[in-house]
Parts: sequence; structure tokens; C-alpha cells
Amino acid sequence: SRRAMGRAMGLAGVLVGLFLVPAVLVSTSLRHGAPRAESAPEPAERELATGAIPEDSLWPLPQWLRTSRRQLQLAPARFQLVHGAGSSAGPACGLLQDAFRRYYEYMFGQSRRRRGRRPLGARAEPELSQLQVVIESRDPGCHSYPHLASNEAYHLTVTEPVAVLKANEVWGALRGLETFSQLVHEDDYGSFLVNESEIDDFPRFAHRGILLDTSRHYLPLKSILTNLDAMAFNKFNVLHWHIVDDQSFPYQSIYFPELSDKGAYSYNHIYTPTDVRLVIEYARLRGIRVIPEFDTPGHTQSWGKGQKGLLTPCYSGEQPTGSFGPVNPILNTTYNFMTKFFKEISSVFPDAYIHLGGDEVNFDCWKSNPEVKEFMKKQGFGIDYAKLESYYIQKILNIVSSYDKGYMVWQEVFDNKAQLKPETVVQVWMENNYAHELSSVTGAGFTAILAAPWYLDYISYGQDWKKYYSVEPLNFPGSEKQKKLLIGGEACLWGEFVDATNLTPRLWPRASAVGERLWSSWNVTNLQDAYKRLTNHRCRML
Amino acid sequence: AENEQPWGTPCTQLLVFVATPGCDGFPSLDSKEGYKLSVSEGSLLLSADAVWGALRGLETFSQLVGRDENGTYYINKTEIVDFPRFPHRGLLLDTSRHYLPLRAILETLDVMAYNKFNVFHWHIVDDPSFPYESLTFPELSKQGAFNAMTHVYTASDVQTVIEYARLRGIRVIAEFDTPGHTLSWGPGAPGLLTPCYLGKDPSGTYGPINPILNSTYQFVTSLFQEVSSVFPDFFLHLGGDEVDFTCWKSNPKIRAFMKEMGFGEDYKKLESFYIQRLLDIISSLGKGYIVWQEVFDNGVKVRPDTIIHVWKNSAPYMQEMANVTKAGYRALLSAPWYLNHISYGQDWMAAYQVEPLKFEGVPEQKDRVIGGEACMWGEYVDATNLAPRLW
Repeated sequence: SRRAMGRAMGLAGVLVGLFLVPAVLVSTSLRHGAPRAESAPEPAERELATGAIPEDSLWPLPQWLRTSRRQLQLAPARFQLVHGAGSSAGPACGLLQDAFRRYYEYMFGQSRRRRGRRPLGARAEPELSQLQVVIESRDPGCHSYPHLASNEAYHLTVTEPVAVLKANEVWGALRGLETFSQLVHEDDYGSFLVNESEIDDFPRFAHRGILLDTSRHYLPLKSILTNLDAMAFNKFNVLHWHIVDDQSFPYQSIYFPELSDKGAYSYNHIYTPTDVRLVIEYARLRGIRVIPEFDTPGHTQSWGKGQKGLLTPCYSGEQPTGSFGPVNPILNTTYNFMTKFFKEISSVFPDAYIHLGGDEVNFDCWKSNPEVKEFMKKQGFGIDYAKLESYYIQKILNIVSSYDKGYMVWQEVFDNKAQLKPETVVQVWMENNYAHELSSVTGAGFTAILAAPWYLDYISYGQDWKKYYSVEPLNFPGSEKQKKLLIGGEACLWGEFVDATNLTPRLWPRASAVGERLWSSWNVTNLQDAYKRLTNHRCRML
Repeated sequence: AENEQPWGTPCTQLLVFVATPGCDGFPSLDSKEGYKLSVSEGSLLLSADAVWGALRGLETFSQLVGRDENGTYYINKTEIVDFPRFPHRGLLLDTSRHYLPLRAILETLDVMAYNKFNVFHWHIVDDPSFPYESLTFPELSKQGAFNAMTHVYTASDVQTVIEYARLRGIRVIAEFDTPGHTLSWGPGAPGLLTPCYLGKDPSGTYGPINPILNSTYQFVTSLFQEVSSVFPDFFLHLGGDEVDFTCWKSNPKIRAFMKEMGFGEDYKKLESFYIQRLLDIISSLGKGYIVWQEVFDNGVKVRPDTIIHVWKNSAPYMQEMANVTKAGYRALLSAPWYLNHISYGQDWMAAYQVEPLKFEGVPEQKDRVIGGEACMWGEYVDATNLAPRLW
């Protein structure tokens, strides 16, 4: 955001002054999110860590970065991550305390040399004794949940004797801690080093998500939590939890326990309220929003097992066939159920948004049902079942609005002309001509997120991360105003062929490509440079 | 009540009867893997000609045992007569493109046994790395492994793999692929690879093994002497695929040799010259060999008992199978089974629908198809994704 940049530039001015006084900068490499312009090989110097150029393993690449060849040493026994003077957050900020410990472990955890003495003839570099974290906003956000407008910007200055990480809110501090941990490297002898540097960073897009599907295959809690860790390494900030669908209903509802009792694969394949709270809190501590998706009226076969009468009975001629279709849109009982159900969802999930689905509604069953046909006539919908779909969606949207939640929907809801509140977020997922769809959605004034080119469940042989990396989300015809309405995107890992045995290697590091595309500047597109950084980043993630 | 099934006589023993001794031997291409399994009231009998059949039968038996909703283990009355259609059912792992820790290899051997695979084709070294710790030439892995301390297979590791496999009736066929695919051999064996030239001067890069030097053949003899004694299987896989001639063509000494030998501009003849001598060396060591199809395609004179490994999916591979078997050689099929070529969805079906004998030929030809191998090349595979990609 412009505000963060303005403040950062002022800060940079002060710091440049500090830099120049001791005249320590040997050489600098200045980047404004662009690939390195100067490619002249640097003469080897005694203090340069073997092979390590600090930018070679940053992912995603920060917006603005200046490093010097001057290095500082870190002693695991003494180095501390602390709250800086003037920070609005302190030891009571559990989120930061937790982050401090976590990042200490990431940086030094493998090392057994935490209690050691500096041997003779060791490196002569000055010691970096602390990273001070300063939260500048009056309300740091320690005890709140991240949201779309959260400020994730940070400014990191690494210089002796103390590095300083400044951020408006704790969310920026989390991002900055991740970056700092990526700057710390080990030399051939096991010494921990960090190059003097200054980084000013903020995300290009505010909504950077991963979709996990826990209905096609159940994902044990551990899988989900591991994935949240990986997301934090890549600065993702939304977990789009596609929690139920046709195949199974693992969400244990408090008001409607039969839904999971009858709809889950087994009693071992459910998420209890405790599980859900754990996921939400684990995510919160990493600055990740959890947006649940309860997709209706299609994709609901499993709902019918525990909620009789919810789904439309299909007919063959005059007789019910015994099979069921989408949610029955003509019954009051449907809306009574949904009112109560979404009341629970609204209170269980703290995010301001709920994803309501609305995709791929198959009209065949509705068309076969005489009562539905009768209703269509009464409403004057003719034979346009899209109108019936919109009628249903409308009512659900209103129900959810009444609980003060915003909603996200798949593109069909927009395409079929349902009446949406202005703050609706439309998720564009159909690959065919998605740029055109983005134009339409934003042209109509709605916020959009892009998933279409990022269906990571579609694996293929070789380095397919490159094609995800090469997507430019704003490549669609539209005005400046329209482009601003594209608030981000999501990498989707649908679960038809994915479970805990293959989730992690299938999703990562391919999703990392999407992570950088959504965080870094539009001109960070060089595949060779990305390859170098991504290979380092991947090894670090392991 | 429904829950109380009147189970038959409780079964307390599976009797395993093996006709021919052979517990301490190694499985081979001729091993008998047939077995009979007879389950009836009060009698569970597994009989086989050889221990290898008993292993296959035990696996089947374990698959028949079920568990009901009360937790009771049961087995249905059953009669099974089983034997493999093809005697060579292999899996290739590539430990050069990415090192695979011992545990990953052993785990793979377990799953191979679940699926009645009986050959582990160990593509152990290649261009990117040389993880095989050689007794005779320790520098090969010291200089050629990704990390000589951590990314190597010690002699003890290799023995562990061979024995672990043996206990599961799995043969270990090592592949030391030459003359191409040998870049990692260079650092530890100076003078082995062909120096490439840029005009009159060496460019600093290297190509395939240098086929014109006597030192090459001395090296190859010594190395394969060791390999032959380390790996007990009768067969070694000698590779021979994808030899890039550019480097040979650039080297003036090689060009001179080509002239001397009257090979003209046909570098396939030079390749054959090398392969010929290699095969003779291996034969003199008392081993048989398997080679990739190029060796056959390029007209190298091979022994009649050579096995040709058909891998190219670009050409109609069934035609190749026909040609190889028509020429009298035994054939292995891998072309449609490159499992590293992942794709979305249930691609197992495509692999399943392959019919190895679907080519025009007389019965004697068809008999020469001894089986096939699923290949998991390692460009994009390591211990983080091997198991879910392969199974």
C-alpha cells in the first residue's frame, strides 16, 4: 500500500544515513522487485559465505531489497527475537511469542551447538545479538483474526548490533520473520551468518489462498496443520477449506450431528468442533484466514444422508427413482435448515467471509421432479432453471448476510445472474477464457479472485510450476478500477486423487510458484532466477 | 443373532510344503514361482516346487484372510493354482538423478513383494551422480556422488539390498550404463571419458566413454570384475542407450581412429565397437547381459542369450518387440510403462491395458518375451514422493 511505502521511504532515509557513517557497505545490490541487473561476477572475498548470495533463497521475492556483502554472525546460544522499544505489542502478545519460538527453531533448531564457546580463530564478523520486532499501530492485532484488509507490510533492517523488524500489525511481523529466517544461512563450518540488508515488503495481492478438499478424501488434522506451516513459508494467508461435498460430510455439526454421523466416511473421518478450533487457531498464529466452504445447492449428496428431505428426489416419469439431486429449493424446510445451519457456521468460523459454493448445479433432477416443475410455473420461471438456482442462492445469500458475514461464490452464481451484494467475492475457476470472465465480473463491480489457471490437482510430467508462475492475473481487458477489484487468487488441490499419502509432495513446491505470483511485484517473472531461488526454498521447506 | 456366524473348524496352521530345497540360493530367471493353495475345513496347505513359489503363495494367503465386523479373522474355503505368466517382472529405480536412501529402497522391495514383482532393476549410476562405492575405484563415488559422505551406497548397503530382496524372491539386476550416461564417472576416473573439442582445442567438457583407448577397456574390465562378484545375479544390465555422437565427432583422435578402422562417418559402428568389446568382457566374467534396444537397433553383434530391453515409446514399440524376437533374442517390455510420466487421473488403466504379446509373430517369438519392467526414472523423484508416485 502507498502508506506503507511512504513510511518505509522515510525510515530508509534515516537508515541510509546510519549506513553511510561507518562506511561499511562494500557493494550493494539494489532491487526494486526486478531481477538482478548487474550480473558481473563479484570478486571472492574472505568474508563472503561460500556460494551464498542472500537473495538466492528468498521466496517470495520481496518488493524492495538491498543487501551488502558485509556479514554478521549469530550465536544460537545468545541470539534473541524480542519485542522492540516502542512496540505496541509485548510479552502478552501470544501470537508473537509463539512466532519468536517457532522462528528460532526454524533457524537454529537443527543445530546442536546452542551451548558453545567461540573457538579461537573463528570468524571475525560482528555479532548480531537480536532481532527486535516493533509493531507500530496502536492496536497490534495480537488477539484478533486476520482479515482481508489486514496490513501485511513490514520493514526489515539487518545491521549490527541489532536487527529491527517494523510492521504496522502483527501480520506484517509474521511475514517479516519468515523473510528474516530465509536470510540467515550457515557457512561451510556451521557458523550462522546474515548479510547486512534492508528490506521493504508488502504483498501485491491481499487474498493469497490454498484450497484443500476434505470431502473427496478425508485429510487427517496433521496433514492440514503441516500444510498451514508450508503456507506460512510461502506467505499464503487464506486456507479455503472445501470441507464437505458429494462424497462425504466430515464436519461435525453441533445443531445437526446426523450430518456427519451419516455422511462422513466413518466416525474416524470427521472434524470435531475441537479439531476445527485447532485449525483456526493454528492458522491464526500464522496470519492465515480460514474460509470454510459449504457448497450448495449442488455437490451435496452427502448432506442428504443425515438430513432427510433436504435434497430433491429425482423422478422417472411419475415415480421417484430413489436417487437425489441438488438441495430442494422449493421447500420452506430447506430454508429453515439453512438458517439454523449457517447460524452455527457463522459462529464457529470467525472469518468475515463464508464461501457458499454455487457451482456445477445439474438441473436434470429438478427437471424430473413434478413439484419442482409446478413451482417453476408458479414463479413464472418458464423452463429457465438458472432462475430457480438463482432464486435459491438469493435466499441463502440473504440468510448468510443476516449473520453479518460476507460471502464468496463460484463464478456460476454471477454467470447465472443471481442478485449479489456489492461486497460479494466471485471466484473464477473455469479455465476456458477466464480473462474474459475476470473482465465481466470486475466490470459488473464485483471483487474477484482467480483460481482457473491454478488447479494444482491437474498434475503433469516435469516442471509444471513454470506454467503456474507465468500466469499474470491482471492480464485481462479492463480499467484501472476493474484491475483493483481482482484481490488475489487461490491454488486449488481438489481431492479426487489426493489424500494424506501424497498431499504434501503434490502441492509443494508447485504452489510456491503461485505464492510468489500473488505476493511479489508484477515484474518478477524471470524463470531462471525463480528456479535458483525455488530450489533453495524447497530444500529449506523439507 | 446375525452376528454369530457359525465359523468352521478354527484353523491353527498353514502348512507350507516345498518340493525342492533352495532356501539359501538366489532367485533366477528360471526360478519356479508356481504354488498351490488349498483351504478347507481343518486344513490349510500351501505347496510349491521351490521356496520362491512359497513366497508368492504366502502373499496370496495373506490377501485371502479377512476380518468381519466383530474383528474375527476368517478365510473362505479356497483352491488356488497359480504361477506367473511372465518370469521377469521388474521395477526400475533410478538412484542417480536423485539419491534414494536405503530405507526407500527397502520399502519399495516390500511393496514389490506385495505385488509379486521379482526383479529390482537398479539403475544405480548415471550422468548426474555416482553413488556406488566401488572397492576397486573408490574415487568414482568420492568425486562423483552428490555428497560422498551421505549420498552413497556402501558395500554393506548393497549387500543389505541384495539380501532383503532375496528374502522376498526378488533378483537384483544392477545397471552400469555405458558408454553414454557416464558424466559422473569422469571426475573419479580421469581419462575415461572422451574430451570434447571446439575446433582444435579441448572445450573442457566431456562426452561418452572414450572407446579408442586401451586404458578404457582395462578400467571396464576391473570395474565389472568387481560388479560381477558383488551382484550375484547371472545378468547385468549394461545400458547402451542414448549415446550422443557429437563429442566423439569433435575429437580429432577419434576421427583418426574412425578412419583407421574404416568406419567412415558411421559412428554407430564406433559405438558397436565399444559395446562388442564390453560384451566380450562381461561374457568372460561369466555373466549374461541385458541391454537397451539401441544396441540391437544399431546392429551390434550380441550373444544369442542377450536380452533386449525395449523402451522407446516414440516408435511403435510392438513392432520393435516383433523385430527383436524375430531375430531370435529375448525381449523385455518397458516402453508403455514409464511410470515417471505422471498424468492426471487414473492412469493405471493405460498401464493395465497393455498386452505385451500383441504383435505379429510365431509362437516361438512370443515365447521370447520374458516379461517387462515398470520404470521410475528419477529426474523428478526422490524420497519425498517416490512411494505415492509409484504405487
